Amino acid sequence: MQGRADVAVLVLDQVSRDFGGLRAVDRVSLQVARGERRAIIGPNGAGKTTLFNLITGELAVTSGRVFLFGQDVTALPTQRRAALGLGRTYQITRIFPTFTVRENVLLAAMGLQPIKFALHRPLLSNGPIWRRTDEVLERVGLTHRAETPARALSHGEQRQLELAIALAGDPRLLLLDEPGAGLSPVERQLLYALIQSLPRTLTVILIEHDMDLALGLADRVTCLHYGRVIAEDTPDCISKNEMVQQIYLGSG
Amino acid sequence: MSIRWRKRAGIALALLAGAAIPYVAPPVYVNLASEILIFGLLAMSIDLLLGYTGLVPLGHAAIFGVAAYVVAYLNARMGLSHTVAIPAGILGALIVSGVFGLLAVRTAGLYFMLITLAEGMLVWGLAYRWTSVTGSENGIGGITRPEFLILPWQFYYAVLVLFAVCAWMLHRIAHSPFGLTLRGIRDNEARMPMLGYNVTLHKFLAFLISGGFAGIAGAAYALYNRFVSPATVEFARSAEGVLMVILGGSGTLIGALLGSGLILLTRNVISLYTDRWLIVMGTLFVLVILFMPDGLLRGLERGVHRLRVAVSHLRFLGSLLRPIRSPTTAKEPAGEVPVPTRHETP
Ligand SMILES: Nc1ncnc2c1ncn2[C@@H]1O[C@H](COP(=O)(O)OP(=O)(O)OP(=O)(O)O)[C@@H](O)[C@H]1O
Ligand SMILES: [Mg+2]
Repeated sequence: MQGRADVAVLVLDQVSRDFGGLRAVDRVSLQVARGERRAIIGPNGAGKTTLFNLITGELAVTSGRVFLFGQDVTALPTQRRAALGLGRTYQITRIFPTFTVRENVLLAAMGLQPIKFALHRPLLSNGPIWRRTDEVLERVGLTHRAETPARALSHGEQRQLELAIALAGDPRLLLLDEPGAGLSPVERQLLYALIQSLPRTLTVILIEHDMDLALGLADRVTCLHYGRVIAEDTPDCISKNEMVQQIYLGSG
Repeated sequence: MSIRWRKRAGIALALLAGAAIPYVAPPVYVNLASEILIFGLLAMSIDLLLGYTGLVPLGHAAIFGVAAYVVAYLNARMGLSHTVAIPAGILGALIVSGVFGLLAVRTAGLYFMLITLAEGMLVWGLAYRWTSVTGSENGIGGITRPEFLILPWQFYYAVLVLFAVCAWMLHRIAHSPFGLTLRGIRDNEARMPMLGYNVTLHKFLAFLISGGFAGIAGAAYALYNRFVSPATVEFARSAEGVLMVILGGSGTLIGALLGSGLILLTRNVISLYTDRWLIVMGTLFVLVILFMPDGLLRGLERGVHRLRVAVSHLRFLGSLLRPIRSPTTAKEPAGEVPVPTRHETP
């Protein structure tokens, strides 16, 4: 993996994470190329979310190393990884409930800009942060809800906002943790169309329970089971993979 | 637009009312008004942490007190001029809040409260034990005021201007991009790092700013009271500051002034009439918390709104009654019974 660290946006080298006696992520090695759409599938408790937390630094690895954009970030705190161009959404919505929808996105859009330390003036409504916010709201289809308090949104809209917050900082690598969680089939279709429409300069890693959705979107699929990578392949081959079939038939 | 103008009118009215106090109130109450403003400023500095950042500081009277002690020591003991003593006092408060902040901001919730409590105790202990500087329980007296601030009304106007300027600055800060990041920490601290925020740094800066304003209040207090003692920095004062914010309405800044007014007025006025003023004060607080759980400011706003609604309902009822009572005396043709219109509530 040393050889490909320069082209790969993300490299995981034998990454593990223990919770007490439980090994939630077990020696996972992984490479994701620039512009790739990668799906991570696996049954409940397979360690998918934990893997995301290791990539973002929200959890520390027990062993192994994490490379982002060719740089060893294993020891970097989360905000420094974000500054490199990493963004994520959460399986359980993490918005700012008392903020308006616009404020949610404004806060996210200025996270990497020096203006976040400005004390004396309000944000200009014709400034770059505001424009970026308008753009992102437009993209996720929340423009008409901009002045609504986030806690007053429907669940579906909150999931859209969750994505908007992650997009606002203009990341190069986006981690999506079950973006469709709790959505109706129709809402989910719309959200996936949205994800599909994201520019190819953006690398996306997506956790998804639903095999069909995952396979429809991804260039490559990684299947996790008990913290281990048991298969990694193209969508076609993954759906024919015996071990994967066993896990998915066996568990549900 | 009309809301903005209504707000501006409200501020102008409040300032006018504030400016009128020396004309209508006896000097004792003018002094009390100065005290209310000074502690209102301390409470506002607390609100920046409590209401905006979601941190409850329990040692802010110590930061306030450090400024007061520095001013007292330099002015009364060393005979330095106010132009040196006051900035030095504020600087002292900034340094202390820098050190205290470093220790406190890595924590949140209960731990933050406990650490700031301990820091406050530390200053209180120093005020007691470092006798050569602080004079222990005798405190430091003999603080002078500049010549043009000696009379109660003179001092009051200076404090009024100081308060207004600080309130405006705090308001600007609270509504700046940085203020938004503080509210973000309050709302969802866990989401902040992934957006690129160094939460600890933002909390530290908030602590520093808050401490700076507490220091300004403390320096003003030294000149106001002309005497500083361990009672100035004790825990009860810190807790009172937090209480002022909660009573007035956290996250509103100006509510802190209402809280300060309520506490200091009840204490100073009711204690004239009864020894049991603490009971009265306690009852009052419970009532406020029960009936205005989000504080006096929002409670009063709601009250005014309800009053308006009630008035418009009464008007509506009145407009229903009129056609029933009046046809015999009225000369209007039968077809023109006025249709009751619902008054829109603002
Ligand atoms: N903070 C934690 N402390 C202790 N155990 C944890 C923690 N987080 C996750 N685990 C455990 O690690 C394992 C993997 O959890 P993880 O949330 O990563 O699974 P997942 O693949 O995301 O599952 P799901 O599909 O249900 O979201 C589970 O057994 C879980 O109980
Ligand atoms: Mg998960």
